[in-house]
Parts: sequence; C-alpha cells; structure tokens
Amino acid sequence: MSKRTVELELATPGVDAQGQPTRVPLVADEPDLGGEHLLINLGPQHPATHGVLRLVVELDGETVVRVIPHVGYLHSGFEKLGEYRHYNQIIPLTDRTDYLSPMANNVGFALAAERLMGIEITPRCTVLRVIACEMSRIISHMVWLGTTAIDLGAFTPFLWAFQQRERIYNLQEMWTGARLTTSLTRVGGLMADIPDGFVEGLREFTRTFPDTLDEIDRVLTRNAIWAGRTQGIGVLTAEEATNYSLSGPMLRASGVPWDMRKDQPYLGYETYDFEVPVGEHGDVYDRFLVRLEECYQSNKILIQALDRLPDGPINVADPRVILPPKSRAMSDMEAMIFHFKQVMEGVKAPVGEAYVGIENPKGELGNYLVSDGTAKPVRWRIRPPAFINLASISKMSEGHLLSDLIAINASVDIVMGEVDR
Amino acid sequence: MNPTVGALQATFGNAIGRASDMRDGWISVTVRADRLKDVMTWLRDHPEHHYDYLVDVTAVEYRDRERPLEVVYLLRSLARKADLRVKVELDPRGELAVDSVTPLWAGANWLEREVYDMFGVVFAGHPDLRRILMWETYAEGYPLRKDFPLRGRFSRAEQVRQALNVNPEANYSMEELSIAEAYDELPADMRERLRRGDRGKVRESE
Repeated sequence: MSKRTVELELATPGVDAQGQPTRVPLVADEPDLGGEHLLINLGPQHPATHGVLRLVVELDGETVVRVIPHVGYLHSGFEKLGEYRHYNQIIPLTDRTDYLSPMANNVGFALAAERLMGIEITPRCTVLRVIACEMSRIISHMVWLGTTAIDLGAFTPFLWAFQQRERIYNLQEMWTGARLTTSLTRVGGLMADIPDGFVEGLREFTRTFPDTLDEIDRVLTRNAIWAGRTQGIGVLTAEEATNYSLSGPMLRASGVPWDMRKDQPYLGYETYDFEVPVGEHGDVYDRFLVRLEECYQSNKILIQALDRLPDGPINVADPRVILPPKSRAMSDMEAMIFHFKQVMEGVKAPVGEAYVGIENPKGELGNYLVSDGTAKPVRWRIRPPAFINLASISKMSEGHLLSDLIAINASVDIVMGEVDR
Repeated sequence: MNPTVGALQATFGNAIGRASDMRDGWISVTVRADRLKDVMTWLRDHPEHHYDYLVDVTAVEYRDRERPLEVVYLLRSLARKADLRVKVELDPRGELAVDSVTPLWAGANWLEREVYDMFGVVFAGHPDLRRILMWETYAEGYPLRKDFPLRGRFSRAEQVRQALNVNPEANYSMEELSIAEAYDELPADMRERLRRGDRGKVRESE
C-alpha cells in the first residue's frame, strides 16, 4: 500500500474568508496494484458462462493472465448409467447430453449401435435422420447466435434467432411429442414416422428461414461493434486447432476443412449437394461466419432431403431388433415372444466394439460402444465435442481482456449437459 | 489392413501386440505400455503416417475380471483421412500407469484427466493431473470402474453428511490462491486448514 495525497474539491458546507468554497485536502490510502494480480471467479451461476461453467481468472489489470476452468457441476454419470441399460434404453440419456440438439444425439447413438450390430437401416429412415440432424444443427446454431449476440450486447438477433428456433421446436414437437427430450431414434429405425403436415411445415420453414439469416447477416456481419468485439479475438491457428483436437465449426474456422459429413460420410451425406464453410483467421468472427453459413447449408440439405424423401418403412424388418406392432403382439404367438424378449432381455449385440463419429452442431460427436455379447454395453463412451473444444479456452484467452473472455467463451458454443455428461 | 500396422511392427518389434479389424472399419493395435510414448511420437511425426489429430482418449474395463483394462486412443490423420485405434492393456488389479500423450497433443489434457478421474489411470508426465468431472475431494473412488456400485460407495447418509461438511474454501485450489498472491493475506485459520491439506486428500471413510 502506498500513501498518496489526493486533493479533491469537496462540496463542503461553508466558505473561507475569500468567499470561496473550502477545500479540504483528502489523504487516502490508494492500493498500489502495479505488481499484483487479481483473482476473480466467474460462475458457475453466471449468465455469460452458458450454464454451470466456472472460470477462475487471473487478471493483470484488465488483461487475462490465466484461466482455470472448472467443469463437472452438471455431471450425471450417463456413461455409467448406460452400462446398466439396454441399447434402446440409452437413447433417452442421449437427449440430455447436448440438450440443444437432442435429435442429432439420438441419431449418433443409434448409428453406433447399428454399426455394432451390423444393421442396415431403411432408405426412408436414412433421409428422416438427415432431416433430424439438420434441424438440430439449425436450432443449435440459432441458440448460439442469439446468446452470443446477447453476450456482446446485441439483443435483437436473439429474438429473431429464437423465433426461428421456436418454429423448428414446433415441428420437433409434432414429430416426437417432445420439444427437448425427443428420443427420436430406435436401434434399427425411428420411434415414429413423421406426421401429416410435417413436410409442408418444414417446407414452409425452409422457404422463409433464409430471410432471417439474411437479416442477422445484415445486422451483424458488417456491424462495426460486432466486428470490433470479435475480429482478432481468441485466435487459434490451424496447427493449434488440430493439436487441441477441436472439431466442428471451431476447427473449420481455423482453416482446417474437416467435416465428418464430407470426409467420413454417414447417412448418405455424400449424395447431398452442400458446401463446408471454412474460415481463415480462426477468431471469434470467423466462427460466427462459419456457423451462419452452416445454417444456409443446412437449409439447403433440408430442401434436398424433403425432395427425395422416399416412401416405405422406417424400421428394419427384423423382429429381433424392432418391436412388433402391439396389435400383432396381442394376437400372434411369435410376435408376442419377440415382444417379450425385447422388452425383458433387450436387443443383444455381438461381441466387439464400434466407434461412430457424426458431425453434430458442436463438433464431432463420437459414440464408442464396447459389447461383450449381452444386451447392455460394457462401455458406452461419448466423445463430447463441447468438452474437448472447451479445453482450449485457457489457450485462447491468454492476453486478451476480460470482456473478450466472454466473447471467446461464447464462441466455443458449449452446452454443459454435454461437457459434464 | 492399414499399412501403418506393418510399419509399426517393423519399427517397434515385439512392443506391438496383435492388430485386429474392428466392426466399424477401424484397425486396432495393442502397444506395450512402456513403449507407448515412442510409438505415439512415431505415429504423429512420421511423414508417411502423420496421425496429427487425436480424436479421443478413453478406457474400457470389462465385466470379465480376467481381461485387462484397456486405455484406448483414437487417432486420425486429417490429410490421409485414415483412422487408427491404439490400445494399451493394463492389469486392473495392479498399478494403473501409462505415459501421458499431452506433450504430443494438447487435446489429450482434459481427456486424460477424465480417464484418471473415472478409472484411476495415472498418466505419467501429465502437466496437471487432477480430477475434472468429480470434485477434488471426492473420496469414493473411480466411478467407471466395474467394482464401483451405480449409486456410489458410500451410503446416502454419508454422502449427504460429506456434502454438508464441505469446506467452503475448497472452492479454490491452492494453485489458484497462490497465483493471486492471496495466500498470505488469508485468515490464519483458513491458511492452516489449507496447509493441512483439507482438499484433494482422499478421506478415510468412517
């Protein structure tokens, strides 16, 4: 502590002999912060940490020296629970990991289980799952856009984005009966086919949704405040992004053109016409541009998927995997046996293991299943894209201002249900 | 078969165990634990193979007690679009220790912390091996081990008791307090509690 005399003009009662207001010299202790670092705690209850993320930040003045993230406040032990569940019973757990894109998580798990069991899904199911994945990408990116804009002080795009998200949620509710806990897929198929009016509703959405994207583009992309707050912030080079195992928009914004849909195609993505946006600076601004463009591309994929949606069954014709219709189970002996065995014993997977990575909105969502031949996996591992992307936050925010840390944290697009699982 | 496997066997000889095709089209190679660091460095840096991207690090313990616990590394070469699974087998009844690959891939940092947190595998050479999803004073063991009951080792009453007796200072680690040079300014009793090691220590269950 150093002592300095600060002379202040104080509003004091009375005047001196000359009729001037009296000046009182004020002697105050002023802390000398020259060499001291400040430790502040951000979260877990803090709106700008997007959930229960806690960051302990060491500050030199307003400059971030070090960030120590603490995660785990939402840890629910899904992977452990999965070892006590049948494969189909795990699907509700996947809803709750990345709860901003539940349908894509359902698809990711089902694909891994089917790879493990060697099941080929039907053409209609494939296209419907693509629709589910791309709808999820749009709602997840809309939440990201809205919340990030709010973090950086722009309120309007939030409302526009959430209006569009609401329209997808209505469609999602129409299809699955739930807005968040969709549990859409089953091993070998889907929980339900799309209802009447769904295709028309989604067509209407794809027709008008780009208008909102254009509006957001107009209001943010060339906005001086937005560009000033995001350009050159949280830069990761292509080598760093690869070394940190980043995936999804985070990786592509750094200039690495890796997209699971293009490079390790699943669900027939190689037959769709779409482009993968790649950034070049690896900063927050490029991540914004990449995600915005991905929404346009997802919209394009949705239109193509609706155009080619074939008729036919949604489930594979294998009574060992797919439950027979209830009416048949009540009247036909064989169907009843299959029904009983599936409900009581579950679907058995052969001995072996399978890893399937899909391009989720947040990055590469991997499901790694190890089976010992029983109906419950020995190990169910989720490769959580948000968790791995978040690990780079310390690296990204070093040397930036505290207010930039908020922008960087937002740009990672975390969802704590998945980070903590 | 992936050409990497043959090259690995030629370079590292008997440190490379069996290689097998998996159902998902990946190749899995078993590596002896003491040579893991060398093999991984070779895989990352060899210009022909160049596995520059670490997809995931995890571990698998089987229900069959006779089978070894596996630490699994999923590697990818972004340029060649090739995948490789590397496994290290450890005896689940013995000491679980393996070299850290964090110096090779920064992305392994949190992944190895998670494997340590969930399975108790110690990664030698890891810069910051702390629990990550469970809190640092968590004393019930390693949740994803097969001998760990689904509801935890302690009774619900004991779990509640411990939760209520949490030391509020345990919200900061010693490291965090020391970087702010705040440690010397703490009240004496708090300093004492921290010095005694109230956090991070596995408490004997009563």
